Amino acid sequence: MGFDQYHEPPEELSTEIRTRARMFASLTEEAEAIGWYDQRMSLEPDAEARAIMEDAQTEEFKHFSMDLEFLLRRMPVWREIAKGVLFQEGDITELGNAAEEAADEDGGGDSAADESTSSSLGITGLKGAGL
Amino acid sequence: MNHLMRGHAPITDEAWRQIDAEAKERLVPALGGRRLIDFDGPHGWQHSATNLGRTDKEAKAPTKGVYLTTRRVLPLAELKTPFSISRAELADLDRGAVDTDFAALDAAARQTAVAENVAIFHGIESSSIDGIAALSSHDPIPLGKNDFDKYPEHIAKAIEMLLTSGIEGPYGVALSPDSYTGVVETNEGGYPLLQHMRKILDDGPLVWAPGLKGAVVASLRGGDFLFESGQDLSVGYESHDADKVNLYIEESFSFRVATPEAAVALTI
Repeated sequence: MGFDQYHEPPEELSTEIRTRARMFASLTEEAEAIGWYDQRMSLEPDAEARAIMEDAQTEEFKHFSMDLEFLLRRMPVWREIAKGVLFQEGDITELGNAAEEAADEDGGGDSAADESTSSSLGITGLKGAGL
Repeated sequence: MNHLMRGHAPITDEAWRQIDAEAKERLVPALGGRRLIDFDGPHGWQHSATNLGRTDKEAKAPTKGVYLTTRRVLPLAELKTPFSISRAELADLDRGAVDTDFAALDAAARQTAVAENVAIFHGIESSSIDGIAALSSHDPIPLGKNDFDKYPEHIAKAIEMLLTSGIEGPYGVALSPDSYTGVVETNEGGYPLLQHMRKILDDGPLVWAPGLKGAVVASLRGGDFLFESGQDLSVGYESHDADKVNLYIEESFSFRVATPEAAVALTI
């Protein structure tokens, strides 16, 4: 089994960064699966087979959304920008630029103090972890 | 900037990084309660109440022919633990000192973790939080004073009680610091007691929980113990003078026990 999600030596990465790397890999896989089902369904003539693919694709929508929300909770600046773009009306590019500018005004990702200004310590749930 | 007002503190980026890292390092091992419960959120500082899906009894409405019921919610509790750091220490940290005195921060982190654990296991009446041990529907199992070699027997009994009530595993155990130390230091004919307990738990978590009195055996199957986080643990800025910076550790949350049968309290 390969560990392609790592671009740096895994042993040098923190547990948190390794977890994020796995979630990034999952996010990519879910997006790919959504796209594959999209293509298959567009060509599949059998209605029953298409219905199954549609059901499977709906599952991938859920998985992708959960992966994304996990990452957004762990990366406050990304979350700030996403808030300005996702589920908004209007031109997507303009929304993106405005959200980026707003995040920059707040300090963006360059300032650890400002990044953490809008964030917690990121401890969240610890269920199942012993000591 | 948000209500934590970190941008107003005379603290450099590097110092904030180290303060946050130190706080996290001290909090995580002590947050024993979080290792047994379902964590939901964080939903943000403005999140004020948990929906209970219930209403109060019907009351008289201001208009005839109209029925009035009021929704019941569980308000979020806020925990805030102040501490101070010397500005001279922060200046040395920025010069590259690696032995910064974070004693006050460490103490605040421990106090905060203890308060959270107390809320989870024993409850906070003024915040309408019922703890896991306090609300358990099972008779508590007496642990006896320093009878650590009997702990595996007590835990096995607690698991049997849970199974009898139809509560499935996996199971976890939270121990008070005294009980944890006693367990770690005890051997059964050369075999560590801790390992024996882990075997009974089928490698479920054995948790150190300062603030807990005695021990708790709980199911980890999910849906039984619900922690709803508004703002998760954060470090905020209060004020400063020429000598020190006044900060605080803060969080907001609600906690409720959905299934009182899903845990057994073991009491000293």
